[in-house]
Amino acid sequence: MLTLTINGTPRQVDVPDDMPLLWVLRDVLDMTGTKFGCGIAQCGACTVHMNGEAVRSCVLPASAAVGQQITTIEAMAQHPVGHKVQQAWLDVEVVQCGYCQSGQIMSATALLAATPKPTDADIDAAMAGNICRCGTYVRIRDAIKQVAQS
Amino acid sequence: MAHTALSRRAILRIGLAAGGGLLAGMHLPGFARAADAAPLAPNSFIRIATDGTITLIMPDVEVGQGIYTSATMLIAEELEVGLDQVRLEAAPPDDGRTTDLLKSYTSPVLKQQATGGSASIRGDWQRLRQAGAQVRMMLIAAAAQRWQVDPAACHAARAVVSGPDGRRAGYGELAEAAAAQPVPATIPLKSVDQFKLIGTSPRRLDTPSKVDGSCVYGIDVKVPDMKVGTVAACPVTGGTLRSLDDSAARKLPGVRDVVRIDNAVAVIGDHFWAAKQGLAALQIEWDLGPYARMATADLVKALDIASQRDSDVIAKQEGDAEAAIAKAARKVSAAYEIPFLSHAPMEPINTTIHVRADGADLWVGTQVPARAQKTITDATGLPPEKVQVHNHLMGGAFGRRLDVDSIQQAVLIAKQVSYPVKLIWTREEDIQHDLYRPYYFDRLSAGLDDKGTVVGWTHKVSGSSVTARWVPIGMQQDGKLDPDAVEGAAETPYDLPAMRVGYTRVEPPGVVTAWWRGVGPNHNVFMVESFIDELAAAANQDPVAFRRNLLGKNPRARAVLDLAAAKSGWGETLPQGVGRGISLQFAFGTYMAHVLEAEVTRRGEVRIRRCTVALDCGTAIMPDGVVAQVQGGLIFGLGTALYNEITWQDGRVQQSNFNDYRAMRIDEAPRIDVYRIANDQAPGGIGETGTVAAAPALVNAIYAATGKRLRRLPVGSQLVSA
Repeated sequence: MLTLTINGTPRQVDVPDDMPLLWVLRDVLDMTGTKFGCGIAQCGACTVHMNGEAVRSCVLPASAAVGQQITTIEAMAQHPVGHKVQQAWLDVEVVQCGYCQSGQIMSATALLAATPKPTDADIDAAMAGNICRCGTYVRIRDAIKQVAQS
Repeated sequence: MAHTALSRRAILRIGLAAGGGLLAGMHLPGFARAADAAPLAPNSFIRIATDGTITLIMPDVEVGQGIYTSATMLIAEELEVGLDQVRLEAAPPDDGRTTDLLKSYTSPVLKQQATGGSASIRGDWQRLRQAGAQVRMMLIAAAAQRWQVDPAACHAARAVVSGPDGRRAGYGELAEAAAAQPVPATIPLKSVDQFKLIGTSPRRLDTPSKVDGSCVYGIDVKVPDMKVGTVAACPVTGGTLRSLDDSAARKLPGVRDVVRIDNAVAVIGDHFWAAKQGLAALQIEWDLGPYARMATADLVKALDIASQRDSDVIAKQEGDAEAAIAKAARKVSAAYEIPFLSHAPMEPINTTIHVRADGADLWVGTQVPARAQKTITDATGLPPEKVQVHNHLMGGAFGRRLDVDSIQQAVLIAKQVSYPVKLIWTREEDIQHDLYRPYYFDRLSAGLDDKGTVVGWTHKVSGSSVTARWVPIGMQQDGKLDPDAVEGAAETPYDLPAMRVGYTRVEPPGVVTAWWRGVGPNHNVFMVESFIDELAAAANQDPVAFRRNLLGKNPRARAVLDLAAAKSGWGETLPQGVGRGISLQFAFGTYMAHVLEAEVTRRGEVRIRRCTVALDCGTAIMPDGVVAQVQGGLIFGLGTALYNEITWQDGRVQQSNFNDYRAMRIDEAPRIDVYRIANDQAPGGIGETGTVAAAPALVNAIYAATGKRLRRLPVGSQLVSA
C-alpha cells in the first residue's frame, strides 16, 4: 500500500511499486484527465506536476511519487497560474482534438509559474516535450504569451 | 466573463451528451433520457422536449476539426436558438437505407455514414439549415394557430416564438402542438445578409471540457465491472498464433485473463499496467505466414516496374499529349515517390466492449458508426437493435478511425469473456498495426514550346487502391480506376492543352492501405506542384509567374496565388541558404495557395521559417475555425514531409513510437499567416487542405534555397548526405 498526495489529498493505493503514476491516476483513482500517449516520455500527454515541476507520469513509478506533491489537470482550475492558462487556452481557441491539451496546460503552467515572462526560447524549451498531432503550436505560443502579458 | 459563463454552461450539456449521458443510458438498460420522449422531432437532427430541452444530433464526428460547433451553427442559424441553449448528441449508427437527407445520418457527399474527405460542411450546408428551418416553421405555425394570427406576423429568436401583440411562447411549450403541424413541403432559407451566426467565430462548444480534463474520450470510458486489456497482434500481417505459454503471465498480480484469437493475444487485468506486464511475460510463437520476408525495397521495386509501362486505365485524356510532348522544343520528365504513412493520432487505438448473449455495447471513438455496429453484428449474430454504439469525441483520427480492424479484433476477444473489457493498444501496437497510407510512385512528363509554354502533360499514377478495399462500389471503369488515386491529377487548376492521366493499381503484398488526412489530393498535389515547379525552372521562369500563365480560365485560383505571393513578400531578396516555395491547389472545393520560406543549413538541416496561405473556401461558416484547421493541417503535413515513413524488414514495421516516427514539435513550428478571400460561394472543405499544401511548398522552397530537387519524401536525411 502506497500513500500518494494527489492535488493536496492523501490517497492510499494498493499497486505495485513500479506501476507508473499515469496508470494509478487513470485506472485506480479514475482521474482520466491525464492522458496516455506513448508510454516512453516522448509525447508529454501524461504530464503532471511533482512539487510544481512538469514530469511525465507514464515513466514515473508510483513509489517515486510517495511523499511528493502531485498535481494534475483536475486541479488546475484552483491553481493560481493554471486557471489563467486554461482561460487563455479558451480565449485563443488553442484546442482541436484536445487529447494532448491536459499535458500542454500542465507544461505551460509549470513554465509560467517559474518564469512569468518567458521568451520564445523559454517556451520552446519548456513545451518541446509535448506533441500535438493537430498542430496547435502557433496558438499554444500565443496563449502562453497572453498569460505572460496579463 | 459573460461569454465564458455561457460557454461553460453549454459544455456541461455537451459533456452529458457526449460522455455522461450516453454512459447513463448504458448503465440503466431501458432508461429513457428525457429527450427521448421529445414530441417534436420531424427530422434526424433536432429533438425538442416539452421541458424545452433542445437536443441536436450531430451527423459528423468530432475529431478536433470543430464540426460540433459549426454543424450546430448551421442548425441554430435557422432554428433560431442560441449556441448556449442546446445539448449535443452523437448520431447513432445509420445503415444508409433512408434516402431522405433530413432523415439520414449518411454523408450526402460520401454516400455513407462516415466523417472524412473534408466533406462534413459541404454535406451539411443545405440539410442542416433546412432541418433547423423546418422545425422553426412548425413551431411558428403552432404558435400562430394557438393565437389565431398569421404565421408571417410571428417570429422566433432564442427558442421563443413572439406574436404580433407581444405574446410569447417557448419552444418547449409549443413542441407538442408543433409536432401536429404539417411538415412544410418547401423550406425557404435565409439569405446571406440575414445570417446572425454563420460567418462569425463563437467559442467552440467542445473545448471547455478539453482544458480541464473532464472530456471523456473513448479511452477514458469506465463502466461497472470493466477490466482493462492490451493486445499483441502477430508482427507480420497475415501471420497467426502458433503456440502460447501464458503460465508466467497468469501468476502476475492483477492479471485476470489471457485471451487468444487467430492472430493476436490479449492480456486482461485490473488495470492497464497489469495487462501490459502480463503481455510482456507471455512466451508467444507466431506462424509468420506468407509475408515473413517482406521488405519495403521489394514493394517499391514492384511499383517502379509497374510505373514504367503504360497505365492500366486512363482517367483523363484530352488531345494527344504524347504526340505534343514528342514534338515539343523541350521535354521534361520526372518520377516522384511518397512513402507509406501511419496516422498516429494522440489517442491510441482503444475499444471498450461488452458482449452478452442478449446484446452488446461498444464504447469507442469511430468515424464510421454503422460499420462499427456491423462489425459487432457480423461477429456475434446479434441483430443491430441489440448492439449499442456509444460514440465519443476523438483524440484525433486523421483517417485511422475510418477503419474498424481494432473493433473486429476487440469483439473476437470480448466474446470470450463475460465482463466489459477496455482494450488499449500501446503506441507501438498502434504504429506497427496501423493500416497505412499507400506508397505512390508517379511518373510525369511534359513538353514546353520555345516560349516555355506547356504543350502536353502526362501523369502516370501507380499505387495501392484504398477505394477498392474500403468502398469497392466507388471504383470506376470496370473496377480498374480508383478515382481517389487520381484526384488532383486528372483535374488540376491549370489550363493544360493536352493531357493524359493514367492509373495502375499495384497492391503491396502484406500491407493493408487506408485513408490518410488529405487523401487523393495530398498525393497528387505533391506530384503536380513539384512537377510544375520543375517546368518553371526548365522554362527559366519565376514559379509564381509560370503558374499564373496557366490560370487564364481559373480566376479564383489566380486570386489566391496572387494574394499568397503578395503577402509572403514573394520576389524579395532572401539570405543565402533560404528559399521560398509555392504550391497551388483546388481540393475539397477550396482554392489554396501556400508560400513557404525555408532555410537549409550547411549540415543539411531544414528549418521552416514562415508559411503564408491564401485561400478561398467560399462561405466560411466559422472563419476562426478555418484558420485553425489550416494552421494545424500545415503542421501535420510539414512534420510528415520532413520525417515520416513506414518501412518493413522481414515483414515487420521498423518504426514503433514517437522516437522513430517523429511529429513536429513547437520548437520547429513556423510562423503561419492565413488570408481568406471572402465571398458567398458554397462552402468548401477545409480540414485537410493545409496538410495537402505542406509538402509541395516545402520541397519547392528547398529547391529555391539549394538548387536540389527532392523527388522522394520524407525529406529525412536526403540533404545531409547530398
